[in-house]
Amino acid sequence: MSEIFVDKDGLKKSIERLMEHCRVVGPVFRGQYHEFAQLKEVGELDLTYRNTRLSPKDLFHPHSDRMFTYTLAKDDPEAGILKEAPQDYSPRVVLGIRPCDARAFQLDDTNFVTEEFKDPWWVKRRESTTLVGLACNEPCGTCFCTTVGTGPFDEAGLDVLLVDVGDGYMARPVTEKGHRLLAEAGLTSPAPAEVKKKAEDLQKSAEQGMGKLFSVDAIAGQNSLELFNASFWDEVQFACINCGTCTFLCPTCWCFDIQDEVCGDKGDRLRLWDSCMFPLFTHHGSGHNPRSQKLQRVRQRFMHKLKYYQDKYHQGVACVGCGRCVQHCPVNIDIRQVAQLMSASCIC
Amino acid sequence: MHAYTDKIREIARRLLSENRVDVVIGYRRGTVPFMNEPYLAKTPEQADRLHWDGFCGVNLANYLPRRTDRVGIVAKGCDSRNMVVQILENQIPRDHLYIIGAPCKGMLDRKKIAAELQGKEALTAEENDGKIQIQGKGFQVDLDRQAFLQENCAICIHRNPVIYDELAGDLVTEQMDVDRYADVRQVEAMTSEERWNHFDQLIHPCIRCYACRNACPQCYCPTCFVDESTPQWVGKTVDPTDTRTFHFLRAYHLAGRCTDCGACERACPVGIKVRQFTKKLEKDVLDLFGYEVGLSLEDRPPLDTFKPEDPESFIM
Repeated sequence: MSEIFVDKDGLKKSIERLMEHCRVVGPVFRGQYHEFAQLKEVGELDLTYRNTRLSPKDLFHPHSDRMFTYTLAKDDPEAGILKEAPQDYSPRVVLGIRPCDARAFQLDDTNFVTEEFKDPWWVKRRESTTLVGLACNEPCGTCFCTTVGTGPFDEAGLDVLLVDVGDGYMARPVTEKGHRLLAEAGLTSPAPAEVKKKAEDLQKSAEQGMGKLFSVDAIAGQNSLELFNASFWDEVQFACINCGTCTFLCPTCWCFDIQDEVCGDKGDRLRLWDSCMFPLFTHHGSGHNPRSQKLQRVRQRFMHKLKYYQDKYHQGVACVGCGRCVQHCPVNIDIRQVAQLMSASCIC
Repeated sequence: MHAYTDKIREIARRLLSENRVDVVIGYRRGTVPFMNEPYLAKTPEQADRLHWDGFCGVNLANYLPRRTDRVGIVAKGCDSRNMVVQILENQIPRDHLYIIGAPCKGMLDRKKIAAELQGKEALTAEENDGKIQIQGKGFQVDLDRQAFLQENCAICIHRNPVIYDELAGDLVTEQMDVDRYADVRQVEAMTSEERWNHFDQLIHPCIRCYACRNACPQCYCPTCFVDESTPQWVGKTVDPTDTRTFHFLRAYHLAGRCTDCGACERACPVGIKVRQFTKKLEKDVLDLFGYEVGLSLEDRPPLDTFKPEDPESFIM
């Protein structure tokens, strides 16, 4: 570890330097909330933000992603041949991402990058991106990252961690990519001991305030069928209106649908966010729908995140505790409470 | 507020223990400030979890279509109007409902409150004497409730339930001197190009989550046009053409049916003023047919009936 210190003006200058030769994406306030966007000027960047309304997953997995284009023109020898749609894979720095959101990408990797299959769009976007995180000195009341195995200063998903120490930032390179980025940005002044101490104190105070709300291990230890058949789902599902807010705002919901859109003789193959909350999600070609009822869909979302993912991959739950679904569910369904029910329930 | 909670619990307990209804639909206290959760009480004991305050904005009529049991349900003015529409549209029989009327002084707008707090996070919120007392880490603030009503509540002229079986509190004085259509007139005054841009800007942040549709008590179709797949009528992308198609069609399906309860706008996770679409239709139905939605179980809605005096200026 070789922590760097940079004052706030210094960071701005370094970002400007980076912007000369790569894309820099960061939290900007647009309309009513913060979102990740490519910076046009460094002044747009707001590192005093709490978190973005939408998770930054669309930087790697856009809502509507054109994968291929094709022509159906009869006289075209290439008719019906899918051609990969051009994408910008030039180097990109995502600056100020929260540690939970960066950790979420690692959980998503489980889906997009396997031994057998590597999703080229996801992989190329991941490879071309350096993640510079911003530690959460003051986690929100709805945050529960420490309960689900990450934390407000977690470096696991990051290349560099920034900690706001008041008059500047402590930058800690985590990966080789991170070291290279700091060098490129001209950040070289070693952080003095008092800055490191300050960062350590901030970490302690951030983590201490959070507590542990439920036990993911207890959920792992539950019998799947008993959980599946638990009576509490009926109560949990009542209020749900089956909209896609929770899944679309979630950094670890990766499900998608693939559709072809044809206009005249030109076609696009698109990858679109989909949601297990929608009845159409599991609607079979035969007309049968194994999850035709709301209860089944609500249960699926929580079971997938908190139980099936654990059982299948043995690396904790598919939730990083960002709290977006808790904050924005229009009917106040709270995953923290559902997880408590799941970890406590035992039909024995 | 506390008196309402007590009264709602008392009524619900009685209805359930006397077997007058099978379930009571109300709200339970939320897990985060400014939110309460719709709740289904099935036993007299569960009735004690029911709660009431200015954060009961979710329209409970949304939970009625396709229910076959006898339901006790808490209803603000707007909820009751939506129930009227559902009864007229044969979605729920009146005699299956026991409506616990909750005369309403307007529901609070959590987005407006959040904007006022400018990034500071509220940890608790309580209502007291026309004030919202908010506490967060290192701050405390009292807000005037009247200034933080949902926009539709600020201009509401039907705060009292229009149908009910019992009241949870005294009827309130209806607001008389409100300008219901100031925003519509603003849009009407625009050129068509300005209007197009206005609506494009409005729906720009849409992520197609359908929270607006699903929060609406009047969107009860077994399969929404958006979810039809053979053929698929509407594209699913966030391309402006697809997003527009969804919002325009959704709004038109609510012409003469929308009560301006604000459920759509309240639910939107990205803060789109969805009511801008339906308000104009509501105004047109009032101007053309003199009809206000959901006030009477006797009159057929203007778009599903014909009267000789109906305006026909659109016929060439």
